[in-house]
Amino acid sequence: MKVFKLIFKNALRHKLRTSLTILGITIAIIAFGLLRTVVTIWYSSVDATMANRLVTRQSVSFIFPLPYAYKEKILSVPGVTRVCGASWFQGVYKDKNNFFARLAVDDNMFEVYPEFLLSKEESENYKKQRNACVIGSQIAKQYNLKIGDQMVLDGDIFPGRWEFEVRGIYQPKNKNTDATQMVFHMDYLNERLKEQSPSRADQVFWYMVQIGDPNRSAQISNQIDAMFKNSTAETKTETEKAFTQGFISASGAIITAMNWMSFLIIGIILLVVANTMIMSARERTREYAVFKTLGFSALHLTGLILGESMLIACIGGGIGLALTFPLVSGFEQAMPKGFFPFFFIEPITVVLAVTATLLVGFLSAIFPIQRALSTKIVDGFRFVG
Amino acid sequence: MSAIIQVKNLSKSYWRNSLEIPVLHDITLDVEEGEFLALMGPSGSGKTTLLNLIAGIDRPTNGEVIVAGTNIAKLKESALAKWRASNVGFVFQFYNLIPVLTAYENVELPLLLTKLSKAERRKHVEATLNIVGLGDRMSHYPKQLSGGQEQRVAIARAIVTDPVILVADEPTGDLDRKAAEEILTLIDRLNKEFKKTIIVVTHDPHAAEKASRKLHLDKGDLV
Repeated sequence: MKVFKLIFKNALRHKLRTSLTILGITIAIIAFGLLRTVVTIWYSSVDATMANRLVTRQSVSFIFPLPYAYKEKILSVPGVTRVCGASWFQGVYKDKNNFFARLAVDDNMFEVYPEFLLSKEESENYKKQRNACVIGSQIAKQYNLKIGDQMVLDGDIFPGRWEFEVRGIYQPKNKNTDATQMVFHMDYLNERLKEQSPSRADQVFWYMVQIGDPNRSAQISNQIDAMFKNSTAETKTETEKAFTQGFISASGAIITAMNWMSFLIIGIILLVVANTMIMSARERTREYAVFKTLGFSALHLTGLILGESMLIACIGGGIGLALTFPLVSGFEQAMPKGFFPFFFIEPITVVLAVTATLLVGFLSAIFPIQRALSTKIVDGFRFVG
Repeated sequence: MSAIIQVKNLSKSYWRNSLEIPVLHDITLDVEEGEFLALMGPSGSGKTTLLNLIAGIDRPTNGEVIVAGTNIAKLKESALAKWRASNVGFVFQFYNLIPVLTAYENVELPLLLTKLSKAERRKHVEATLNIVGLGDRMSHYPKQLSGGQEQRVAIARAIVTDPVILVADEPTGDLDRKAAEEILTLIDRLNKEFKKTIIVVTHDPHAAEKASRKLHLDKGDLV
């Protein structure tokens, strides 16, 4: 008989109690994994930003447009290498629940965003055709779209029926690159606006400004904003990271709460497992006295109790972690399509879940071990549980 | 014969808050090698405490307990645990078997602390269970055994390491007359056939009849 067999038998002594404890850990780890994934993915858009990109928008809010004429002026600022105008188009593709970013952009967008990989051929084909659009690979996969397919959007911010032809499918360079965007020519939008709503033409919602030296971002931002000081449309220029952070800050409180909640769940399950271990150790007070009498050392008893605690925690944590992957996938399916540009379990989430599992197993055993070791043999034999 | 156990001026007191409760007073006794000693006395006389001190599971307040040349009162906790593992076999009134382990595994427990191989352990465990007459009950769990059988497994566990002394605290106290007789016969056999030094605590005169010497304790004193 090996000591591990004894640990295993001890763990299964109260099958219902152990099963419920394992189930509790499993649920806690799944909840932890899911919450951490949402939190991580939420902030990953910030991580995906580039230091050499600035965003210039209306100083009041990015929902107010800027004149298209600003583009050349911004480009004239020393240190600025490229400027790309962008407008949030929105619209409805087939169903209101089909959510993904649809943007009208200048043609140099893929040069400003080199992490959106588009083949040379597709890039040329896109530039040639007025109503062409480029979609992310995830969108193509999600809606089974191919090169040459039609995409029809019902406009809301820009009313009307908008017909596009897919001329390119970009691939994300990195794991956290958004592959759920649809972009089309700013000229296409602008020309129709000139016909249907001239007052809204020749405007963009923001400019994406590529700079040569990221260390000069503050200086360049100030220079751009200074150019439009006291104009009818004053600007606010900031790094892409700051812009993205501001964009998601509205949800910041909820995300922070989710962050805290994920760790709170681990704290609660720690108490549950600790309670199980304390009860088990208390019930075995006489047995520990027997072990000591037979010559088992403090190290042996520590191993028995810690082993049992770790076994329960690891089984629960292992099952929880294994189930987290399909459940996260299911959660993604349950969300409106494209709500999250990408949704996957980050390695750090797995590391945190494993660490939490091991910590729960370890910390739960501390008090029972302390009690078992400090109880004198004769007191152990007198104990009536 | 020489004294394998020497108890010299042994005293033991317990403390309840600041109140000292003396249990043993200045006990001195020798136990010869191969002797079968019965410690008798009414409840609270201190016989179990004396047994615990001789077996090294409790610490004296004053005095010395020398077993096979080792003053166990001076051993540190870890050294005392090792000493117990190789020198003392303990039989309890309520058997104290581990319920999740089979008879075989319960008897094997003390051998896990030795360097014996699995095959050697098996040989020892089987031989010992055959001595106590439970060779056919090895795979049974304690709850599948009668009280007498459980106590025989406990005795097998106590002697499987071939300890210097075997101590038993009311070994028949929880058994019916027939089972008690079987246990006493077995203990007597261990003494006579296997030359084990045995100390039994009992308040049953019939149980003490098997012993080669009887000592009476009353209110912490040998009388």
